Amino acid sequence: MSDLNGYKSGSNLEKILRAGHFAVTAELGPPKNADAEVIRKKAALLKGCVEAANITDNQTAIVRMSSIGAGALALREGLEPVMQMTCRDRNRLGMQGDLLGAYALGLRNILCLTGDHQTFGNHPQAKNVHDMDSVQLVQMVVGLRDKGCFQCGEEIKGVVPRFFVGAAENPFGDPFEFRPLRLGKKAKAGADFIQTQMIYNVPKFREFMKRVVDLGVHKQTYILAGVGPLKTPGAAKYMRDQVPGMDVPDEIVERMETAGKGIEDKKAKAAAYREEGLKICIDIIHQMREIEGVAGAHIMAIEWEEAVKPIVEGAGLLPRPVVEAVPST
Amino acid sequence: MIVAEQKPLEEIRSLTGDAKRVLVVGCGTCVTVCFAGGAREAAIVTASLRMASKIDGHEKAVTEATVQRQCEWEYLDEIAEQVRHADLVLSLGCGVGVQALAERYPDAVVVPGLNTTFMGLPLEQGVWAERCAACGQCILGLTGGVCPIARCSKQLLNGPCGGSSKGKCEVNPEIDCAWQMIYDKLKSQNRLHLIMEITPPKDWRTSRDGGPRKIVREDLRLPVAGKV
Repeated sequence: MSDLNGYKSGSNLEKILRAGHFAVTAELGPPKNADAEVIRKKAALLKGCVEAANITDNQTAIVRMSSIGAGALALREGLEPVMQMTCRDRNRLGMQGDLLGAYALGLRNILCLTGDHQTFGNHPQAKNVHDMDSVQLVQMVVGLRDKGCFQCGEEIKGVVPRFFVGAAENPFGDPFEFRPLRLGKKAKAGADFIQTQMIYNVPKFREFMKRVVDLGVHKQTYILAGVGPLKTPGAAKYMRDQVPGMDVPDEIVERMETAGKGIEDKKAKAAAYREEGLKICIDIIHQMREIEGVAGAHIMAIEWEEAVKPIVEGAGLLPRPVVEAVPST
Repeated sequence: MIVAEQKPLEEIRSLTGDAKRVLVVGCGTCVTVCFAGGAREAAIVTASLRMASKIDGHEKAVTEATVQRQCEWEYLDEIAEQVRHADLVLSLGCGVGVQALAERYPDAVVVPGLNTTFMGLPLEQGVWAERCAACGQCILGLTGGVCPIARCSKQLLNGPCGGSSKGKCEVNPEIDCAWQMIYDKLKSQNRLHLIMEITPPKDWRTSRDGGPRKIVREDLRLPVAGKV
């Protein structure tokens, strides 16, 4: 597209990835209320540390400010949003209408998700939608951009929404052997980038990436490795034992436990845990940078946005690069 | 078969309200097989209602009848007299049976004694599981005989979500992950190629989303009198 200088969307995230930089994204969780100030404060913590921040969409099936509304607020603060969109709450009409609105508001990145099941959240009585799945959602958003058509095939007359389209993959979900193939399906659907589930089991992730590289999928889409700082050994244990699809090795739990050993003062103990959590996260980012096919890191510091800057800094990824150049088409 | 569960007796009692003469109608088909609304259950509900109303001091005359198939009008003709004498009919049929009764006897007050739950099969004595969601466009040929519409909690068509863990669904460890089963089956049959292509969004018009459904088979219809 001439107006986008050869970029698909022209988003900052796209520019950084196209330029070959190791990209950094983070997560910004909207509040469970209508307070714009929360977004402003969180955006200030992330601005300058990341290329873009994912704005979650009723994460864990709990009602929060919408990803589009919060994304538009973040954009005003100078933080580029990645609007997350799940298939749980909307059908293809609702999703496409929201995509048009989001684009009109200036949003340029989207992450297409299936969505956590509503029974986990605060409205377990709700009817879910799942008119489409995440692979089909990727295809639909790419179709809006590249074919200029709605999902039904009808032409979009006027401004076409051009998003940089992402999808998620959980390398630790089962069946493990199918995961790289499923990632391939998302790339085939047109996903420009992938953000993975949080990685704590690095050897297993390496195995996953080896298969991804063997399939050549890393050349079809940018893969951002998901990482996240742990706050306490309890959180690590909870993720290890209770969260389906999470893989937290015992060594990580032990590392967190050891960090607080011998410290009596409660506050000092909590601080020691957090410091170790940041260290583990930084270590993992360093390891990710060595893995073939990994194009960046996606930092999920859930309700701990303050952690992002020290992590990015600790990983030697500050300042973030600025890309203005026109890509070679 | 259609699988149903009996409503709690308290709810049944509340549904029967002030009716003096109650007819309990069982069904001899699916709900007999799943022990929810056959002749045996109809007899138990009848006795329970009688006893409960007696204790209340507002004794009801409760009678029972079980038809072979409550979901077809013609099977309901044999209970016409009993329905006429009742203030209220408590159906122990599935939702189709309740409505067939209400349609066949428009003046009768018909209430349900069961919650119709799903189309499924018995896994073992006393355990039933859902198998079909009647979406109207069967894809079992592509998915190794495991239905992702009925058996995946998110009705996914392109593989498992990130919550599939050790063969189980994220919603509940009691639920098998449909996509793990699909993958295993197709892999064992060397037919994984079937799920490598992207399955396009489903056309839900054949499902309930297209509105209440109806099948018309012209080849089976009886000639209308006077029409050549």
